[in-house]
Amino acid sequence: MASRKHLYNPGAILKGLSITFGFMFRKRPTIPYPSRKKQHSPRFHGLHELRRYADGKERCIGCELCSSVCPANAITVIGAENSPDDRRSPGERYAARYEIDELRCIFCGMCEEACPTDAIVLTPRFEMADYRRGSFIYDKDRLLVPPDAGVGMPPDDRPGGIPGDLGRVAEIKSTTDVDSGYSATWRGEILKTQHEGLAILKKPEAEK
Amino acid sequence: MPLWLEVLIKSVILLFVVVTSFAYAMLAERKILGWMQLRPGPNRVGPWGLLQPAADAAKLMLKEDLTPETADPLLYKLAPFISLLTAFSVYAIIPFGASASGQTWAIGNVNAGILLILAIGSLGVYGICLGGWASGSKYPLLGSVRSTAQMISYELAMSLSFVGVLILAGTTSLDGIVNAQARWWFVLPQFVGCIIYVITAVAETNRAPFDLVEAETELVAGFHTEYSGLRFGLFFIAEYVNMLTVSCIATLLFFGGWNAPLHLTFIPGVAWFVIKVACFMFFYMWLRATLPRLRYDRLMAFGWKVLLPLATLNLVVTAIVVAYTG
Repeated sequence: MASRKHLYNPGAILKGLSITFGFMFRKRPTIPYPSRKKQHSPRFHGLHELRRYADGKERCIGCELCSSVCPANAITVIGAENSPDDRRSPGERYAARYEIDELRCIFCGMCEEACPTDAIVLTPRFEMADYRRGSFIYDKDRLLVPPDAGVGMPPDDRPGGIPGDLGRVAEIKSTTDVDSGYSATWRGEILKTQHEGLAILKKPEAEK
Repeated sequence: MPLWLEVLIKSVILLFVVVTSFAYAMLAERKILGWMQLRPGPNRVGPWGLLQPAADAAKLMLKEDLTPETADPLLYKLAPFISLLTAFSVYAIIPFGASASGQTWAIGNVNAGILLILAIGSLGVYGICLGGWASGSKYPLLGSVRSTAQMISYELAMSLSFVGVLILAGTTSLDGIVNAQARWWFVLPQFVGCIIYVITAVAETNRAPFDLVEAETELVAGFHTEYSGLRFGLFFIAEYVNMLTVSCIATLLFFGGWNAPLHLTFIPGVAWFVIKVACFMFFYMWLRATLPRLRYDRLMAFGWKVLLPLATLNLVVTAIVVAYTG
């Protein structure tokens, strides 16, 4: 009857009361979400972006490796030939259509692993809520970074990642460049970042 | 001023005060529970979440008022009002401060105040009991059956803990009991009685750890499972108003009512009353954050085998001491 002993044990109850009282004055870990956003690791698998080279050309060459490797069949790519007067990408082909169904996507990151040109990359953005299913099919207009975007890192060079191999182009147009912080917010919004989140970013450089 | 006007004015003020304190007691409870669980509690509506009660009220009013097909419609609709009415009507006789020059704080200064409080308080269980039964559903029924059993077993010990105070004060009027505590509060000579009262009061108001009536882990939501919208809101108000009531009674009977401790008389008596009630309310929330719910048979065993004998013993000892010294 151990439990009965405890039931009638005022000392145990008082101890419990003192614990809860002490907890009232502890620091609370809550982040008031919409006004302050948690800074995810730059390696967080969130919404995709299609990147560009520094000269503004699209990196995607329409090879469809991402769509064939995608375990959720979320990616649709239809490639087309570059014409001499309108060169979209440096190679022969480019993606005429590039669509990702973010409701099917499981954010595994296999597309960015498969991509031979580091064109498709997962960003730390996670706020994709919308009212209609149709709006979760992200087409090229929404995935491709604008030509005037900042400078980002190749996926493998992000902190904690495996260093990129030779032949990668260092300068990449990305909406999540390291200097302004990998923001969870949409570009154009004011960056309300958390110090703790940025600390994760700064740490690997300090260790070097 | 004619009597009816005085009563009307006092009633309106009281109603406003009690409903407001209910609203903020609820907010305080959610805040305090949050803090004790390392959460901030409601903080979105208004500054520091202060408009949360208004938002809750609006939400409850806009919700659909459902009546189950199997319910007894009249009793089902009446039950929340019984709960609420009995909860509110106790305040007619609670004195919040010392009466001066024939003017009383309470609406009625009843000379058998404590008995009236017990009588009205025991009517409150009808709301829960009928509400659960009239829902025509099994979980509410179980909740209301439990409520009845719990009320019977804990009200006995509660009444007995009152009697000790009555013997010491020599009066059943609430004014008289508070005045008898001018020198020292009855919590000192009636320490055991006070403990018993606080425990039984938690059980009477169906609060954790004695909230077997609701017991969401076993009974969905107990007696108010089927209620929605404003009728659920009425039960909710009744629960908190009952909490306030038992806190008021504890303050009146054991903690000197409006008497200031340590001669700190520069703070008015009403403020002391409010402070003491607030401390009790905090204690109830604190208990809820700390203790797990008792098993039903343990609750009964505790009531009948521990509290009742203890209360009787306390009463006998008090009576003997008063008879020899008094």
